[in-house]
Amino acid sequence: MNVSLILIILLVGAFITYFVGDKLASKVALFFSLAALGCSVVLLNHFNAGENISFMNAWINQPKISFALNADGLAIAMLLLTTALTPIIIFSSFGNDYKNAKAFYALILFMAFAMTGTFLAADGLLYYIFWELALIPIYFIALIWGNGDADERRKAVVKFFIYTLAGSLFMLTAFIYLYQKAGSFLIEDLYKVNLSAFEQLWVFLAFFLAYAIKIPIIPFHTWQANVYQKAPTVGTMLLSGIMLKMGLYSVIRWQLPLAPLAAKEYMNIFIVLGIAGVIYGSIVALRQKDLKKLLAYSSLAHVGLIAAGSYTLTLDGLRGSVLQMIAHGFVVVGLFFAAEIIFRRYETRQIDELGGIRTQSPKFTSMFLILVLASVALPSTFNFVGEFTVLYSLSQVNIWFAVLGGTTIILGAYYMLKMFQNVMLGETNSKTFADVSVNEGISMAVIIGVLLFFGFYPKPITDLITPSLETILNVINKN
Amino acid sequence: MNTLIAITGLGIFCLLFEILNFRKGIVPFTILGLLGVLALNYYEFGSTASYYNNMIAVSKFSTAFSSLFIILTIFLVALSHNFYENHQTKISDYVAIKVFLLAGGVAMVSFGNLAMFFLGIEILSIALYVLAASDRLNIKSNEAGMKYFLMGSFASGIILFGICLIYGAMGTFDITEIHDSALSAELPIWFPIGMILMVIGMFFKIAAVPFHFWAPDVYEGSPALTTALMSTLAKVIAIATLYKLASGLNLIPSLENQDLSYTFINVVITISIASMTVGNIMALRQVNVKRMLAFSGISHAGFMLMTFLSISISAGVLLYYTAAYALAGIAAFSVILYVCKNQDNEDVTNFHGLGKTNPLLAAILTGSLLSMAGIPIFSGFFAKLFLFDQAIQAGYVILVIVAVINSIISVGYYFKLILAMYSKEPNEERTGKPFLIYAVAVISIGLNIALGLFPSLVLDLLK
Repeated sequence: MNVSLILIILLVGAFITYFVGDKLASKVALFFSLAALGCSVVLLNHFNAGENISFMNAWINQPKISFALNADGLAIAMLLLTTALTPIIIFSSFGNDYKNAKAFYALILFMAFAMTGTFLAADGLLYYIFWELALIPIYFIALIWGNGDADERRKAVVKFFIYTLAGSLFMLTAFIYLYQKAGSFLIEDLYKVNLSAFEQLWVFLAFFLAYAIKIPIIPFHTWQANVYQKAPTVGTMLLSGIMLKMGLYSVIRWQLPLAPLAAKEYMNIFIVLGIAGVIYGSIVALRQKDLKKLLAYSSLAHVGLIAAGSYTLTLDGLRGSVLQMIAHGFVVVGLFFAAEIIFRRYETRQIDELGGIRTQSPKFTSMFLILVLASVALPSTFNFVGEFTVLYSLSQVNIWFAVLGGTTIILGAYYMLKMFQNVMLGETNSKTFADVSVNEGISMAVIIGVLLFFGFYPKPITDLITPSLETILNVINKN
Repeated sequence: MNTLIAITGLGIFCLLFEILNFRKGIVPFTILGLLGVLALNYYEFGSTASYYNNMIAVSKFSTAFSSLFIILTIFLVALSHNFYENHQTKISDYVAIKVFLLAGGVAMVSFGNLAMFFLGIEILSIALYVLAASDRLNIKSNEAGMKYFLMGSFASGIILFGICLIYGAMGTFDITEIHDSALSAELPIWFPIGMILMVIGMFFKIAAVPFHFWAPDVYEGSPALTTALMSTLAKVIAIATLYKLASGLNLIPSLENQDLSYTFINVVITISIASMTVGNIMALRQVNVKRMLAFSGISHAGFMLMTFLSISISAGVLLYYTAAYALAGIAAFSVILYVCKNQDNEDVTNFHGLGKTNPLLAAILTGSLLSMAGIPIFSGFFAKLFLFDQAIQAGYVILVIVAVINSIISVGYYFKLILAMYSKEPNEERTGKPFLIYAVAVISIGLNIALGLFPSLVLDLLK
């Protein structure tokens, strides 16, 4: 049993979902995503028992490309994030009625397939293929099922596509360049390549372009807010919950170990860019009137901090980033789902048109409140663990980085709580707000459960990811 | 050689069908015949032989490319059935001309003598002139045919002039003899001049910048099926011939003549960059899909020219690139033929809402455009990957970066069409599901994806 099974389940699931027709599509998709989740939990057990669950097969002889999937702790953690969030995301969409549902759910599963592949791939080119494949379904999801004016949406989505494609093509060039030196695309061979500092800088920048656009890091973030707003909520969840983690994960897996000299030499610049994202995102979030856009900018602030943590090149920084990636994945999906729940009832996302929901739906209010508090990293939530570790690692590099990065908590608390106040509190809203349905409640409860559980007891994840992060750090520090 | 004879024989049979008044069977018959030829060609693969005083030299290169040409012709003939529905009386002529065109193409990649090379070019070109003007009552088609004929014969003249100069320098038309003496002796000045003239003529045929001006007008004016043929089969034939010419005449690796090969490489790099950039930027502004694909074809010619930089080892990559490009082109054009049937133009507006009215064909067109744009898992991506890999290996990193930037630009116009299909409201309903068009579209995009999943199948053919 190895990790290729999960890819097969998701890919086959995507095809079957397409062929069962519109009525059953959502349920079939949920089934396959749950199957993938179950399978990855089983694989986790195998992995913990010391079994080898990686997969390797030759694919193309010349140039030498292999179908290599490597499952170390880090990859498995990201795999679990993907397979756990996908069923939640699919389930959360049960209240919506999508046209051409079979294509919609098939695309979701296909995207999960591509993202899983990205996390697992241990061959540069295979990784690149999955990376690009993930882009196509989200493009169509946002384009066809998105909301708002069609022309604006088209512009936003095309901009997003061209931006990300442009970045990744430079990454492809860097991969080909590395291939010339290594004679293979396999990650362990690429790790062994000795590049001069000058070459490393170019490789580093080529990767940076791809990841900075995907994550996004300032100043490559301009596509983000519009796409998050225009995409259907499911698409936004996929984008913010999993897809941007592809960029953050790739920084740790590919960019830093492949160009360690450049990473060390220019560390401060990239940390500053990350922290600039924190401050910029927080300040812009303060002024947003649209709930989804506010969450988009808050997401920009959080991922900026995660990126800064990765670029510190310390074990704490990497560990904190990975923990925060997972935590942020869950919390952001939860928050966007909360926005969707409100939208289902009030047909609006304008913050000033909302308010006074608390008195009508205390259950939803408390759930939303927990998510908001988790997102501002209140102690005892998972996000606190991640964010605190990252800030600690930043303080080791330079105390001012930690001070400035720490504003995320202060500013975050300010704009999130202000948003919560405007949306939920106040005088009872004249429009009735139906309490959360069972389906909605289940999704929310699962997310909150995960956030609280790992907030109190993050050890399983820390134990899972630490060895592989240490290996990566060894590669970074070897010269 | 047997392939060539069989193809010519098949063409004559097609003409006989007209006399025998058996028009209905002509498309299936020709497809079967071509499949037979393909099998014959398959058995010739791997053997090298020369016929008639080395007039025809069969090699792995020639058989591999001939197979590609035959497959493309099969698709194009299959599309003829639907396209010429209203011209039943002439269908055998059209099909026969396509088969003869294939014969010209096969001659062009298996020549061993410049006389044969020129003969091949003329067979191909005359067939193309006729096809371009084949919509007799349409003024645009007439214009296209006339333009193409004037410009094309001019290019043919330049090629002929070049051949004469080479003969003057070397005293022979034979490729191997020219190849050998180009290595050893001190070259008379006529040789490089003749080479340049020949290459210019061929650049015209593949529509590389700055010899591309005919392409958009001719593509737009010609009947859509002819455009499909020009942008896939004819382009592939021309680039393969140029490749054979450049490698056969020892244009690049002539160590004795470093000046010459250095100059030639610079010319190739310049033209490659110019073709990519001009083609892509002009394509951004087009509203007519045929014109857009003409410019996209120009930019792809620029990409294909990159294989010339490591000419001794890149035949496999060129075969792969041309196959990927042509299969995507066939798939795209079969959808265009379906959508633009009974329309008087091929503007993007015709494609509005195709994603709703006909999801399958819209998906196929999307796939073929994604392949041309170089998105994985389609073979277009791998074609570009192998191309870039080889160019970086040969040390042309800057050229690759220019090519990458061009790939990004190209997404702009390919996606314009995809957007039109999925995000606009449909403006009319189309009825009928012509079986052959669907079959060609599905099979060609299927082959394209298969090539993407198993690139070694084609890539290793010419090792």
